[in-house]
Amino acid sequence: MPDVQSTVLEFVNKLRKRKIEGSQATARCTVELLRSVISQHRVPHANQASALIDAVKAVGEQLVAANPVELAVGNVVRRVLHIIREEDLSLTTAAMGGLDLLDASDDDEDVCNKGIGYPAMSAAVVAAAARSTLRPPSLQTLLEGTPESATVPYTSSSGADSESKTADKSSITRKLKHDVIESVNQLIHEIAGCHEQIAEQAIEHIHQNEVILTLGSSRTVLEFLCAAKEKKRSFRVFVAEGAPRYQGHLLAKELVARGLQTTVITDSAVFAMISRVNMVIIGAHAVMANGGVIGPVGVNMAALAAKKHAVPFVVLAGCHKLCPLYPHNPEVLLNELRSPSELLDFGEFSDCLDFGAGSGSPLLQVVNPTFDYVPPNLVSLFITDTGGHNPSYMYRLIADYYSADDLVM
Amino acid sequence: MDPRRVPLAVPKVRRVGFFTSIEPTPEPQRPNRSQSGPVEAATSSSPLSDSPSGNFISPVQIPPSRHHSDNLTSRAAPVPVPGPAAFRRHLAHDRSLHVGSYNPADSLLGTSPPSSNGELSEDSGSLFGFQRSDSAKLSSSFPNGGFDLTMAVRAPQEFESKIATVPASEGRKKTAEVSGKSESAVTTKAQKEKEQKSLKEKTTKAERRAIQEAQRAAKAAAKGEGSRRVDDSGRAKPGKATKQPQVKKEGLPVTSSVSEKKTVVVEKEKRMDVPQTQMQYDDKSRVEKAKKRAVVEQTESKNKVELFLHLPQYERGNQLPNLSSNIFTLDTIHHAVYKVGLQHLAGDISGDNARCIAMLQAFQEAIKDYTTPPMKDLTMDLTAKINGYVSFLIECRPLSMSMGNAIRFLKNQIRKLPVELSVSEAKASLCSDIGRFIEEKIVTADKVIVKHAVTKIRDGEVVLTYGFSCVVEMILLYAHEIGRKFRVVIVDSRPNLEGQRLLRRLVSRGLDCTYTHINAISYIMRDATRVFLGASSIFSNGTLYSRVGTACVAMVANAFSVPVIVCCEAYKFHERVLLDSICSNELGDPDAIANIPSRANMKRSKTMENNKNLQFLNLMYDSTPSEYISMIVTDYGMIPPTSIPVIVREYRREHLLL
Repeated sequence: MPDVQSTVLEFVNKLRKRKIEGSQATARCTVELLRSVISQHRVPHANQASALIDAVKAVGEQLVAANPVELAVGNVVRRVLHIIREEDLSLTTAAMGGLDLLDASDDDEDVCNKGIGYPAMSAAVVAAAARSTLRPPSLQTLLEGTPESATVPYTSSSGADSESKTADKSSITRKLKHDVIESVNQLIHEIAGCHEQIAEQAIEHIHQNEVILTLGSSRTVLEFLCAAKEKKRSFRVFVAEGAPRYQGHLLAKELVARGLQTTVITDSAVFAMISRVNMVIIGAHAVMANGGVIGPVGVNMAALAAKKHAVPFVVLAGCHKLCPLYPHNPEVLLNELRSPSELLDFGEFSDCLDFGAGSGSPLLQVVNPTFDYVPPNLVSLFITDTGGHNPSYMYRLIADYYSADDLVM
Repeated sequence: MDPRRVPLAVPKVRRVGFFTSIEPTPEPQRPNRSQSGPVEAATSSSPLSDSPSGNFISPVQIPPSRHHSDNLTSRAAPVPVPGPAAFRRHLAHDRSLHVGSYNPADSLLGTSPPSSNGELSEDSGSLFGFQRSDSAKLSSSFPNGGFDLTMAVRAPQEFESKIATVPASEGRKKTAEVSGKSESAVTTKAQKEKEQKSLKEKTTKAERRAIQEAQRAAKAAAKGEGSRRVDDSGRAKPGKATKQPQVKKEGLPVTSSVSEKKTVVVEKEKRMDVPQTQMQYDDKSRVEKAKKRAVVEQTESKNKVELFLHLPQYERGNQLPNLSSNIFTLDTIHHAVYKVGLQHLAGDISGDNARCIAMLQAFQEAIKDYTTPPMKDLTMDLTAKINGYVSFLIECRPLSMSMGNAIRFLKNQIRKLPVELSVSEAKASLCSDIGRFIEEKIVTADKVIVKHAVTKIRDGEVVLTYGFSCVVEMILLYAHEIGRKFRVVIVDSRPNLEGQRLLRRLVSRGLDCTYTHINAISYIMRDATRVFLGASSIFSNGTLYSRVGTACVAMVANAFSVPVIVCCEAYKFHERVLLDSICSNELGDPDAIANIPSRANMKRSKTMENNKNLQFLNLMYDSTPSEYISMIVTDYGMIPPTSIPVIVREYRREHLLL
């Protein structure tokens, strides 16, 4: 445990100092950290799942607090929690579906302990209810209006002799942990491979001679464009430089290195050029549940201009960027102000700065936000690793990935 | 005379009326009006002869009346019935005469100098042809002085022309001869000969005659110059020129030459008012031509942006040392103009007003030092000189729309110089005109704008502005002076970072400022309650042409329902229309974009420059659609963008008469 604690602290520090940039990198580090947390966590015999969840939550809270604007951290933590719950549930259902009454009883016990602390009787109901969320209710049950409490007598009978057996608990614990880690590995894999998944769809969206505008630097966008290029599509790319961080220059450099026709424009020329652009493609920083996008600063301007000129505004987002929160939630921090020194050379302006000293309030303020929020009505399409989606569909897509219990951590 | 004239007149006039749309036809009409004017005045000829002509002509003459006379009556009656027309004639007849006689010279001057615009000059050449010929007529009729005489002359002329459906040029000559004969006495043989030889000369002559018979020496010089010019232009479209006379002859009998001239002039002026088509830099042949004339050696940039091939894309900076070294050796360009050109090139002067004032002052200086070379006409030579300067300035940096307007004003002034002025007087008048333009159209206009705009800043307001606009700066400082409590948000953008200049000035005066960059506009717009923007130009479709990024600011402001107030002097209004930012723009130095102020990346730009796949596009302007603009504050008051074409029209009129 102590070594996990130290790595957590280290990572928290990194996050706090914004040493890790890019939601993908952050997401990956987070998952890996959580995996080690899970694997090193000694689960009690009684309720492994809830113990795991508590542990992950504790770590997750630290991480989120360290960099609240990096929504990917929270997303990944929620994903991991969801995975634990699901694995637990699937074990439960497997056990219940299976013939082994003992195992089933153990699971029931777990569920009941973890969940609400009801007596064993109702634990079965909980499990049934949980199962019903996985499986749509059959037409018949809907018709008859009977809940799946049909299982209640069956489980109640198993609950009756649940206390007697504890022999197999250790194996079950191991199984849960093993499954969770397995799934987390899958998640890591998914996050690592989201670029390729998204890039595969490029060919469907980019045609010959297209003029594409992009903004900021996103590896997803880079891969996306290059994938189309590799398929022998020839098109040109306008890159807004993305002052004051000039990430557009980095992206342009990469694009040129891969042989794409690239033109760097100033951010102020976005409106001027948008009339000759066929598509705006940007990489999101995060996608909110309402279909709104948090992207690099300036993206709202581009989205408005694209809307004005009826240019499709396409957002690329890996699954780790899908955030189950709504932008109006109070706990969501949408933006972050960076150092003013990126905008103004204080050396040059030092003589102006002390003017306000007498009155107590500084005369000069410099605002340097990092992100921009694009409302869903300006977005034409989301391309995620599961395919293209409308902004209005995002809430449903997101509901697949997270469980409702974890939304507020 | 009258009975004879009436039957003749009616059919002819009608014909003229139909022809008006075509360029040549208006001429025939001209004479009618102006002549009838004088006739009325002098001899009070029968209303019969007059009224029909007025009647028939009126549809044709609507445009001229609008343009030339500043009395409102003419505008009040859009389709002048005979009554108003006559009235107008009475009122303005002496002016119209003047205009008629002046303007041909103007137009001649305006068009003849080697302009960078091939097509236009050709057209104007053809125009000249007509003009010349009718002016020839004029001169032939006028020399003998009095209007009564002209009347007398006219009759035979008409007669002659009526009878003789002679081949064009010959016929014309004949008429001239006839008229000369009928006038007899005064017209000298030499003059007649000249007429026959080159009809061009006459324009200048006629002009003089009409005004006064002074300044012989200057006349001679002008003649020489003028004839040469005319010949050149005449050659351009010989076919048309020869055809022209015939039409004219037919129309001529009824109409008097002065009014004829007037319509032509109006046509011409109209044509000149139509903004010149800009040089398209993807037109190889014309670029080549332009290069030959160029003073500034420019190397085309290697990595052109395909979308902007129609705009000049030259490498910057390398020619500067070269140019600055030969500032005193160059004799074709006045050193003051040269200096301004270099300042434009180097970007030392920026901002439309500053550039415009610098240019005008340089012209002022150049005019002060100007001496008319022997055997040359002041107006022509000076216009040619100015044209040379202008093309030099264009080489240094494409002119802004407002500068184009100012140059047009200056040329107009030169054109309108009364011929009787001595060289020094003319120079003084021009200099004072320029001074007045600066004073009235820029300095005073700014004051008026400030006065208007400051009413829009109330206590507690958060005023957002973009880049650096000197008018906006004045407004903010003035509002601060009169004690308004407000906050300023300055939005800036790369690569010029003009906003920092504004920030420095405002902060040093104690204004509460917030500074940010254009990307953060959506973030900061929540705070703003007003957006004040400067302008480089406003087009007649309401499009605002301004520093690149203005459109973004206006768009975001619109999205956040923040009113956008544009501050722009009326001299920057332009009658062109513009829909996007691509067709008309200016490209800045691409290196300014390639070089980013960050620390580690300085090296890489070197290696990237060689890659033909990578381009840097430094747009200087963009156009903001009018729907984003809530209000335009100008020296005429606060107007919606839809009023721009109205102002442009009124303003141009004033401009011409100024």
